[in-house]
Amino acid sequence: MSYLEYTVKSVPTGLRKVLYLNWPLVVLLTAVAGVGFLILYSVAGGSYTPWAAPQMKRFAVGLCLMLAIGLVPIWLWRNLAGVAYGLSVILLIGVELFGEVGMGAQRWLDLGVFRLQPSELTKITLVMVLAAYYDWLPAKKISHPLWVLLPILIVLLPTLLVIKQPDLGTAILLLAAGGGLMFLAGVHWAYFATVIAAGVALLATVFQSRGTSWQMIADYQFRRIDTFLDPGSDPLNTGYHIAQSKIALGSGGWTGRGFMQGTQSRLNFLPEKHTDFVFTTLAEEFGFIGGIFLLVLYTLIIVFCVASAIMNKDRFASLLTLGIALNFFLFFAVNMSMVMGMAPVVGVPLPLVSYGGSAMLVLMLAFGLVQSAHVHRPR
Amino acid sequence: MRRSRAETDSNHTKLSRRAALLGGVQLLVMGALAVRMRHLQVDQADQFRMLAEENRINIRLIPPVRGEIFDRNGMQLAKNVPSYRIVMVREDAGDFRTVMLRVADLIKLTPEKTERALQELSENSAHFLPVTIAEDVSWDAVSAISVNAPALPGVSPEVGSTRVYPRGSDFAHVVGRVGRVSTKDLEALESPDAVLRIPRFQIGKINVEAREETILRGVAGTRQVEVNATGRVMRELERREGQSGADVQLTIDARLQNYVQARLSGESAAVVILDCEKGDIIANCSAPSYDPNLFIGGIRSKDYDPLLNNKYRPLVNKTVQGAYPPGSTFKMMTAMAAIEAGIIGPDDTVYCPGYLEIGGRRFHCWKRGGHGRVDLETSLKSSCDVYYYDLALKVGIEKISAMANRFGLGIKYDLALSSVNSGLTPTKEWKLRQRGESWVIGDTVNAAIGQGFMLATPMQLAVMTARIATGREVTPRLIKSVNGIEPPVKGNEPLDMRESNLGRMRKSMHAVVNDRRGTAYRSRIIAEGMRMAGKTGTSQVRSVVVDNNEVPWEQRDHALFVCFAPYEAPKYACAVLVEHGGGGSVAAAPIARDVMLQALYEGEPPLEAYPAGDRPRIEALQRTLRDVRPEARIKKGNDQA
Repeated sequence: MSYLEYTVKSVPTGLRKVLYLNWPLVVLLTAVAGVGFLILYSVAGGSYTPWAAPQMKRFAVGLCLMLAIGLVPIWLWRNLAGVAYGLSVILLIGVELFGEVGMGAQRWLDLGVFRLQPSELTKITLVMVLAAYYDWLPAKKISHPLWVLLPILIVLLPTLLVIKQPDLGTAILLLAAGGGLMFLAGVHWAYFATVIAAGVALLATVFQSRGTSWQMIADYQFRRIDTFLDPGSDPLNTGYHIAQSKIALGSGGWTGRGFMQGTQSRLNFLPEKHTDFVFTTLAEEFGFIGGIFLLVLYTLIIVFCVASAIMNKDRFASLLTLGIALNFFLFFAVNMSMVMGMAPVVGVPLPLVSYGGSAMLVLMLAFGLVQSAHVHRPR
Repeated sequence: MRRSRAETDSNHTKLSRRAALLGGVQLLVMGALAVRMRHLQVDQADQFRMLAEENRINIRLIPPVRGEIFDRNGMQLAKNVPSYRIVMVREDAGDFRTVMLRVADLIKLTPEKTERALQELSENSAHFLPVTIAEDVSWDAVSAISVNAPALPGVSPEVGSTRVYPRGSDFAHVVGRVGRVSTKDLEALESPDAVLRIPRFQIGKINVEAREETILRGVAGTRQVEVNATGRVMRELERREGQSGADVQLTIDARLQNYVQARLSGESAAVVILDCEKGDIIANCSAPSYDPNLFIGGIRSKDYDPLLNNKYRPLVNKTVQGAYPPGSTFKMMTAMAAIEAGIIGPDDTVYCPGYLEIGGRRFHCWKRGGHGRVDLETSLKSSCDVYYYDLALKVGIEKISAMANRFGLGIKYDLALSSVNSGLTPTKEWKLRQRGESWVIGDTVNAAIGQGFMLATPMQLAVMTARIATGREVTPRLIKSVNGIEPPVKGNEPLDMRESNLGRMRKSMHAVVNDRRGTAYRSRIIAEGMRMAGKTGTSQVRSVVVDNNEVPWEQRDHALFVCFAPYEAPKYACAVLVEHGGGGSVAAAPIARDVMLQALYEGEPPLEAYPAGDRPRIEALQRTLRDVRPEARIKKGNDQA
């Protein structure tokens, strides 16, 4: 197996690579992280502790990690894709066996030095392995049923492990990212139509069975689904979060209450104000302008990634970049829909802004891969 | 495996197409997010901003200081004193059990109270909120806690306010008392003031405290505080001071009240003294009384049961709640009805053979042998019954009751006292309505001498006497001023009756006390310019006349006496009732004289005011009373501390 399907003559070498990094992306990522520091500082009541300072350190580490990975040739990452995927599946199983229980779910693996959340890592390795798979697979076989089944199994294995933790949010993201990648790789659209139709039909059947003699799931499970789909029906738990979140958002208005002037988050009305619901503080203090600003930053990140991918003639690099961008998009789209009451409450953080080490490091690692693809693209 | 450039390119084109497609979808989603954000933050901003304020702003009430109550001379009858309680904030206490046990040991809490406090502490889920662990503790306990503060984290004394009645039992039937707000109190109100829901808030339960509740309570202040989601106060945003309750000054003279209450000790009796000028109630005594201070923190059954089971009914204010047959004290009304109607002149006589026979039934005079020929004055001073039977038959019940109403009987007064009774002046229509029976002539005869259906409270009898004495529509009042402002005097219009008739009535009442053959001659006042005019009454509880000493207390006659003094220029009017006391001349009149002299002399009267034969007995009585009431010796004016 050769490393090179294209001429690498013009690929920069040595430290010159630094000049060829996707610098606009670095700036954008830093800007988003900066917004995060500002909010974490404000949420803590104008203090670097307990959130802003560790987050800054982690971002600094993440930045170095990204640059380091970015300087490593992309073909090395492609060759490691299978190994990385295997490792993350083993880690997921490890969580199942030795994991720590936090927030009512087994998600963490204590590695002594730091605690790892393998499901975060899996989001990247899944994209890597699928990109490598479709890079290897001849174009003619892409839509062949057998060659479609294999990637489906590759996606389902970690997804099922994640569901078992249970972490429904990540599972859905994994499914979406895997499906998205298969779509990008060119799998025939009929497969997607079939899967979507089958899914809708299954859901319809299950709901049709409610209250009949052939009811397929238990009543309490139905009620859970109800709450999941409509948080307002359970105003004391999830519904409370959403209601308070909307109040905080809405009270921001056009320009917001001003930095450090938000009342809802500071007074603890908001749940998870420094993690999943961190966006509400931004929206309360900086208003619609602040919210749109962040959304534009995210959009630009996606645009730069997609542009970089389209420019890149290497199939693996292109697919990888697009997959990571999709992952990143799913992250913030699901989070923002959730806090704005448009989607069910699932535990998905706001990328680069929410407080949390695992997610931040994994994201920076992913953008390292994007950088590597960008630097080592065939010219 | 090397791919052809063509294949790579076609793959890449396809990938780019799909990437653009997916990117487009992503842009759509981001657009939707932006639209949603705009909807929430711009279109609905006002609504959410309001909800946010409601979320974080909490209004706390500052209880107002209750108004105090004074007597007519400024003596304090109800005041507020600081009360101390010990509170603990659990999150500051650390190991709250150890701290609690330390506190219990320090201030000598009973094991039950300690146990209750511990339970409350462990059940309280808001760990930052103070929990009361000891109530109504002494100042010593407060100092002990303060001194040992370093060893007692989270424990602090808090000061509140509680009501105290410095005059004790003297004013239970006037000032009344306060107590904790009960569910019943809240239910009785249409829209209860939010301040009533403050824990430990005190509300007037009876008499002036209850009837003047709204002006005594004042208006609560408010404190707007910012709270977080768990209710912890973060900071104060705005403070609006409330308004203290108004001070209320009563018409009662506390020294006189104190004397009368002491004079009545041992009896089940009631005394009302009115100032004839404006109708001021200067004494309103019901014996026995009780100490209202016992009730404030909730009364214990060991204190309450004796009050409840006492046959003298200490909890009842007999001056306005008790309606009694007025007996012979009502005879003035029968006479006034007849002479005002012109049916009989004051000098016309009626023959009393000892009975009057009506329709084959004999109505007896109290004197079996009869009084012979009697006119108004003779009939009143010897309390001849037949004279009034005769008058009543001629004038009829309707006119008698109407006359009684004009003198204040059968009327419910608007007084700041609880359960004011309206008494009863019966009419034919009333009997038909209430009893479903038609009026019979015997009813008129009984009513004429204040028996039968006729009922009056001691307060009403005092008002009647004051109206006879002044010829004005004297209306009793209890509130002298509110915050120093005197309300207008009500009533007090001339009665619109011939002065000559009223004069004859007063002269006859003068004879009752000062004529050698008058029924109250033994209770006369001999001091010049202080002479008293009055009327005795003995109202039967049962229809058969027996010697009072031979029947149980409950069946003896009520003793009554009404009077005014000085005769020449009436200043005070008084009514005395001794429940089951026997004859009015023996049981009630002496009390009336003693209390009237006390009022007339504004303190202890000289012995010279009493007839010579009574002086040794009076001297002994006053000596014993001085022991019960040490302040009797203090001259007036020195006690306005």
